[in-house]
Amino acid sequence: MESEMGESKTVMDYGRIATSLDRMAAQIRECNPGNPDLVFVGIRARGDYLATRLADRVSKAEGRDIPLGALDIGLYRDDADKVIPEVRASEIPGSLEAKVVVLVDDVLFTGRTIRAALDALMNYGRPQKIELAVLVDRGHRELPIQPNYVGLTVETSVVDKVEVNMSEDGKKDSVIIRKK
Amino acid sequence: MTDELKTLKNKNLLGMADLDRDETELILDTASGLKEINFRPIKKVPTLQGRTQINLFFEPSTRTRTSFEIAGKRLGADTINFSASTSSLVKGETLIDTAKNIEAMVPDILVIRHSAAGAPYLLSQHLDCPIINAGDGAHEHPSQALLDIFTVREKKGKIDGLKLAIVGDIAHSRVARSDVMGFTKMGASVVVAGPSTLMPPEIERLGCETANSIDEAIEGADVVIMLRIQLERFETSPLPSLREYSELWGLNTKNVELTAPGAIIMHPGPINRGVEISPEVADGRRSVILDQVQNGVAVRMALLYLLTRRTTQNE
Repeated sequence: MESEMGESKTVMDYGRIATSLDRMAAQIRECNPGNPDLVFVGIRARGDYLATRLADRVSKAEGRDIPLGALDIGLYRDDADKVIPEVRASEIPGSLEAKVVVLVDDVLFTGRTIRAALDALMNYGRPQKIELAVLVDRGHRELPIQPNYVGLTVETSVVDKVEVNMSEDGKKDSVIIRKK
Repeated sequence: MTDELKTLKNKNLLGMADLDRDETELILDTASGLKEINFRPIKKVPTLQGRTQINLFFEPSTRTRTSFEIAGKRLGADTINFSASTSSLVKGETLIDTAKNIEAMVPDILVIRHSAAGAPYLLSQHLDCPIINAGDGAHEHPSQALLDIFTVREKKGKIDGLKLAIVGDIAHSRVARSDVMGFTKMGASVVVAGPSTLMPPEIERLGCETANSIDEAIEGADVVIMLRIQLERFETSPLPSLREYSELWGLNTKNVELTAPGAIIMHPGPINRGVEISPEVADGRRSVILDQVQNGVAVRMALLYLLTRRTTQNE
């Protein structure tokens, strides 16, 4: 695939994303067998879609509803003086006191988004543990943050764009790397 | 990823007259996002950390000042209250000199209330710091209008096409003026009514209609905003008695039935129970008076957020 920006490469298609989510859901269950305190929290926007898909898989496998929330981290960004983030409401299912939170995002890059999300989560109580699940780890961390569950680890250049597309039914899901 | 740079056009919020529909919607949407912070176990975000907000109140106010102070604190700002009774105004300093002294201490935003209409505008001509008008004389009270619009949108799901009635002392009410401008810009139709001594001439020029009785005004209304009789503002009484006022212009269990099904009753507070509104209505199922107070914090958070951010953006 070619675009005016340069070379583009689809690194994950619908099938690959679904398989990765299956595997990640299985790993999350393995690490938290039947844990009644498990909660999924996705980072807006897109991390919340992925969190929904992971929570659905775990809920189905265990035959119970795993609580699910969405987190907006605009107010916690450390680059907020460069952009004015649009503020959207966070929806957290009750207090996170003593819960095991699986924080979900689409792409892990510098780690700054996760740093902001950790600050935000702490305002909802003191979780017993927070784990991190990401669909793509593209490297180039600027903070000491590592994921517990990863869909795909890819080598990228720091200027590349990693584009995650999510559709309602999942059929058009894709991960594309656009080279600069 | 689309990081749309949405912001307000002016560095100050002096009145609803200056806001267009898109800006109003931006404020309401931002307030919707921020409201949730008020219900967290830890009600504070670090967004305005290191910013200083000074509330300059030259007129007594508890709820508006408290609401602005809570809003600033929950966003992480340092808030300082400066009130006329403790100030150097009594020592003869002019308003502009007082404000310039405050600005010399480098605040990031000023919230001003003053009994003279236009005082926030006057200060905005002399200061670089963003200014929010928290009520100036009988002129404007934009944050009240915005929280009213927010509350109606939350309860009715829209503003467009709604019928609003504002009843009471229209002449002395900055809330009425800001509400008329704000709600009509958002597509509602507004009728105002009150005793002829308390109706300002040519109020229709703001885009509302007038009615001659409370019944005429509230019939079929989706929203009724009752205003307080501001006894402290009168030198000579414009009314024969409060009891007569209550009988002629009060909202009670009987006339409230004239409103549209599902109508909501609002009041900017503080209410005079048994004068402009009967206790049964003030505490009844249609009343959203306490929702207004709750939403006031979210709306003021949105204003502080958008106006302080706007200045960083332009630096």
